[in-house]
Amino acid sequence: MKFIMKYLKPFYAVMAVGLSIKILGTVVELALPYILSYILKNVVEKQEINLIIIWGVIMIVCAFAACFCNITANRMAAKVARNFSERIRHDLFKRTMELSEAQTDSFTIPSLESRITTDTYNIHNFVSMMQRMGVRAPILLVGGIAITLFMDSYLALTMIAVLPLLFVTVMFISKKGVPLYTKVQRSVDSMIRVVREDAQGIRVIKALSKSEYEHRRYDKVNKALVKDEKKAGITMGLANPVMTFFMNAGIVAVVAMSASRVANHQSDPETVIAFMQYFTLISMAMMSVTRIFMMYTKSSASAKRIEQVVTAPMDLTVKSTDEFKPVKTDKHIIFDNVCFSYSGKHDDVTDISFEVDFGGTLGIIGATGSGKSTVIKLLMRFYDVGSGAIYIAGKDIRTYPSKQLHEMFGVALQSDFVYSASIEENIRFGRNLTHEQIVNAAKIAQADDFIRAFPEGYDHLLSQKGTNVSGGQRQRILIARAVAAMPEILVLDDSSSALDYKTDASLRAALAENMKKSTVITVAQRVSSVKSCDKIIVLDEGRIIGYGNHEQLLENCEEYREISQSQMGGDFVE
Amino acid sequence: MSKGFDRSTPSGRKLQGGPEKKLDRKTAQSVILRLGGYMTKHWPLFIAAILLTLISNQLSLLGPKYSGDAIDAIAAAEGVNFAAVWPNVIKMAVCYGLSAILSYMLAVTMIHLSQKIVYTMRRQLFEKLTSLPVGYFDTHATGDIISRVSYDIDTVNASLSQDIVQVMTSIYTVLGSLIFMWQISKPLIAVFAVTVPASILFTRYRSKRVRPLFHKRSQKLGELNGYAEEMLSGAKTIRAYCRENEIGAAFDKRNTDTMDAYYNAEYYGATLGPSVNFINNLSISLVTIFGGILFMYSQSGIFKAGSLFFITLGGVAQFVQYSRKFAGPINEFANIINEFQSAFAAAQRVFNVIDELPESEDVKDSVVLTNTLGKVELKNISFGYTPSKQILHDISVCAQPGKTIAIVGPTGAGKTTIINLLMRFYDPSTGEIFVDGNENRQITRKSLRKAYTMMLQDTWLFHGTIYENIVYGKEDAKPEEVYAAAKAARISSYIERLPDGYNTILSDDGTNISKGQRQLITIARAMLSKSTMLILDEATSNVDSRTEIKIQQAMAKLMEGRTCFIIAHRLSTIQNADLILVLQQGKITESGNHDQLMKKGGFYSTLYNSQFK
Repeated sequence: MKFIMKYLKPFYAVMAVGLSIKILGTVVELALPYILSYILKNVVEKQEINLIIIWGVIMIVCAFAACFCNITANRMAAKVARNFSERIRHDLFKRTMELSEAQTDSFTIPSLESRITTDTYNIHNFVSMMQRMGVRAPILLVGGIAITLFMDSYLALTMIAVLPLLFVTVMFISKKGVPLYTKVQRSVDSMIRVVREDAQGIRVIKALSKSEYEHRRYDKVNKALVKDEKKAGITMGLANPVMTFFMNAGIVAVVAMSASRVANHQSDPETVIAFMQYFTLISMAMMSVTRIFMMYTKSSASAKRIEQVVTAPMDLTVKSTDEFKPVKTDKHIIFDNVCFSYSGKHDDVTDISFEVDFGGTLGIIGATGSGKSTVIKLLMRFYDVGSGAIYIAGKDIRTYPSKQLHEMFGVALQSDFVYSASIEENIRFGRNLTHEQIVNAAKIAQADDFIRAFPEGYDHLLSQKGTNVSGGQRQRILIARAVAAMPEILVLDDSSSALDYKTDASLRAALAENMKKSTVITVAQRVSSVKSCDKIIVLDEGRIIGYGNHEQLLENCEEYREISQSQMGGDFVE
Repeated sequence: MSKGFDRSTPSGRKLQGGPEKKLDRKTAQSVILRLGGYMTKHWPLFIAAILLTLISNQLSLLGPKYSGDAIDAIAAAEGVNFAAVWPNVIKMAVCYGLSAILSYMLAVTMIHLSQKIVYTMRRQLFEKLTSLPVGYFDTHATGDIISRVSYDIDTVNASLSQDIVQVMTSIYTVLGSLIFMWQISKPLIAVFAVTVPASILFTRYRSKRVRPLFHKRSQKLGELNGYAEEMLSGAKTIRAYCRENEIGAAFDKRNTDTMDAYYNAEYYGATLGPSVNFINNLSISLVTIFGGILFMYSQSGIFKAGSLFFITLGGVAQFVQYSRKFAGPINEFANIINEFQSAFAAAQRVFNVIDELPESEDVKDSVVLTNTLGKVELKNISFGYTPSKQILHDISVCAQPGKTIAIVGPTGAGKTTIINLLMRFYDPSTGEIFVDGNENRQITRKSLRKAYTMMLQDTWLFHGTIYENIVYGKEDAKPEEVYAAAKAARISSYIERLPDGYNTILSDDGTNISKGQRQLITIARAMLSKSTMLILDEATSNVDSRTEIKIQQAMAKLMEGRTCFIIAHRLSTIQNADLILVLQQGKITESGNHDQLMKKGGFYSTLYNSQFK
């Protein structure tokens, strides 16, 4: 709740105005039964129709004023809710983008997604409803009680006696409700995950005719969700009947008490009638309160989930240079005894040390799962090293602000991300690049030809995940993106695997010619992709087992020789 | 700056939902009918709900009647008539008690009912999704689909579980109150003859205005979710390029749009409640005026007891109380109409997917492929994903059983498209494909696809254990078979090293396993299946070449006696093929075996030689 309050704070002033208007409207509305009782008690006796009509018109005026105030206040409330949700969703998305890889993994993408949509929607609903009903209901409640107290405090107290019971009920059910709704949201996450996976893997599912299997898999999460929702609903459903019952018990008590009071002339029947009037109002208000409180329970479960993301500690913060001292060097990139583990248990890469000159080239080669991509992830500081250090231009990468660090790089990663926008925009990727720079980059990446072959050329629209271009075309778009800004460091992580040898060879030639100033790191499985690099690292099970240039490795490194032979059909001779 | 991240939506191609049907009155009615259909399917619950509503409301309506009687007894001219007060008080207490119990039962019944409906809707939606042609997923944002399964169905659910009861209660209360009021004083009812039509007309007018706004709201949220999903999937790249702020700005634009749609719907929705409330207050005021006058004359003896216009003080009180009861639900009803509008809009979006055309049904008497020989013949195939752009031109190939056909060519030449046609993800525009002499479209889809084993470049694994992911290819496989497949795919030693071994859970897009390893798992999956025909589309592109050589043996065994279609860039894989097709711009430009093509000195030989450069 504190979390919601924090976001509501900027709107306190507007809310105060809106609420005041709402209070005004409600008070005017509350006056209606009072006038009614006045007419019946005092005006009718006078036997003057005019007087009755005048009072009646006053009632109508009040009703009109109430209507006007309520509409105005509701609109203001809608505005506040709008701005509130916009802000909260903005912060949530922003933070989501800033989460480190490790944090994203632990939240999981489907869950982050449902936090951005359904959870935000839940608290939006709450804020909007709270303003609409949260004023009216308590005022009707408090006002109604106050007026009844004024009319006949003895009877009113009889009624008020049930309030503690109501309070206890609310507390009890709410306490049970929050964890139930948290569970519901978790089940929603699982349900979304299956839908998401199947939308992405539809080809495989169809190829294997696994529709029925998937139906069963979905059925399981669907059923689990239904079960959790039922449980939460049945618990929360208790609130309304119990509260209505208590209120009604109060009214029964009032009628019972009033009999003897009227008999003793401590009260009169007209008062009792007005009393009943207020009572109907009060119990309607009670129903609204119940609804708000149900909404509250649901939204506080959601608010917690959003809060978890927004307040997640900043991972990978910028460290001070006192703690991580710079080193004097003329090398561009230095890995110094780097070890790292994803799980925190056994090391995924161990004792990685190498150096790359400014403008130099480095190749990384090794078997599947040998840790090639991990080295890149550490260099880009997607994760922090377990031990050892990585330096760029002599500075520990942990001491670079993230923006400064990442702007040095141009990368084409294995997880190829293209999105639904034009090819030009996919290459530009939101940076300040001219059309010429983009075309130039596409030329280097050997993408210009096929792009021009599209009728719309660079404006050709890619579909989600780029399914409307081939794998090789996608890779070249990614490479164009990586080289477009002429980065200091160019990282190509297995980014030409879908290219045929001919295109790959032209690509390498173009890179060598155009990216002379950049330090280039190439991760590959093909020897041909790395053999011209100044230095090559051969990785095996997270360790460096060979380090040198192509010729040295052919001579010294058994594994490298095997790789090389396997790719050259065994008859490769330099 | 954020411009680059805006999903372009020029004419022609729209990513979100395609042309969404507008929610006009007619479709709104059909949506109501359909939702009604779901209800009546579970008619025992539905009837139970109606009965419970009737009884519990009858009870709560009786409450004010007894309280009115009690007050009359209290206000009796000859002093308080205790003998009449007490029975009424007790009756009140019993009514309210029973009403509470019944309304809880009602709530529970409704939850069961609505959950049954929601469960069915989700299932139908999902099952439809899996039956849609693959093209649907290329043109519809995953996030938007997710938004339909979660947010939209949720909205329908909220409406079903809460509002339906409210409406039923309202209708009953309104009718019941009306009857009681009729009994108390007929002339006073005339007041409602003015105000009730006024509120109905107003509500109708309003909801017409508001309905499209709610539809827009759902749609915008779907778009927002689509964008969020896409960007979350690419978060790593976005971080690598430090584009968080730009993406954030583009997201903000959508967020603002969405919230504007929300605000608009609520802005116009906001007038509804207070206005209807006003009309009700108006009627109470009128009742007070006329009731007061009637009571005045009744008291002064002008209207005799028993005459049409006679009314007691208790009568006026009861009447006002009932008119409040009468007004309350109508007021509530107005609020609910708002909710209904959003529920209808949401239901409409769900139905739109359920109504999508699935892959065409298998034709009558279609052949079920069993014990396929593996002869595949393509005859004059032409195809384009859109009519305006042809991808394949007049392709004819004949693959004899057990032979290996390799397809090479520059990227984008249409190699994967051939696979899409073989698997019948799409049907060719012209030309025919025959498997063992049966035309593709005359074969049941399931048996056709089962006849192939497909290994793709895109590795798809789901959230589950490694074991589950491998056994996915053949559900009834024995554990030994699974281990053997993993071993053949050269992934078993890696798996066994993991702390949880085969029970390691693969997380979505998880980093806990590399792309190459993911590919090996999918290879193991494919190795389990025993189809006669094999499709390898860059199946080993992410695997290093040494591992590939080790797999090769298992692959060779797998390919033995099967008809294989191979797309690969590593020419070593292709060299031994029985037939090599060179595909350029959708046409077969060269064909023959390795030696023939090398001799020919065309595209293939240039390609082949380039690997030694």
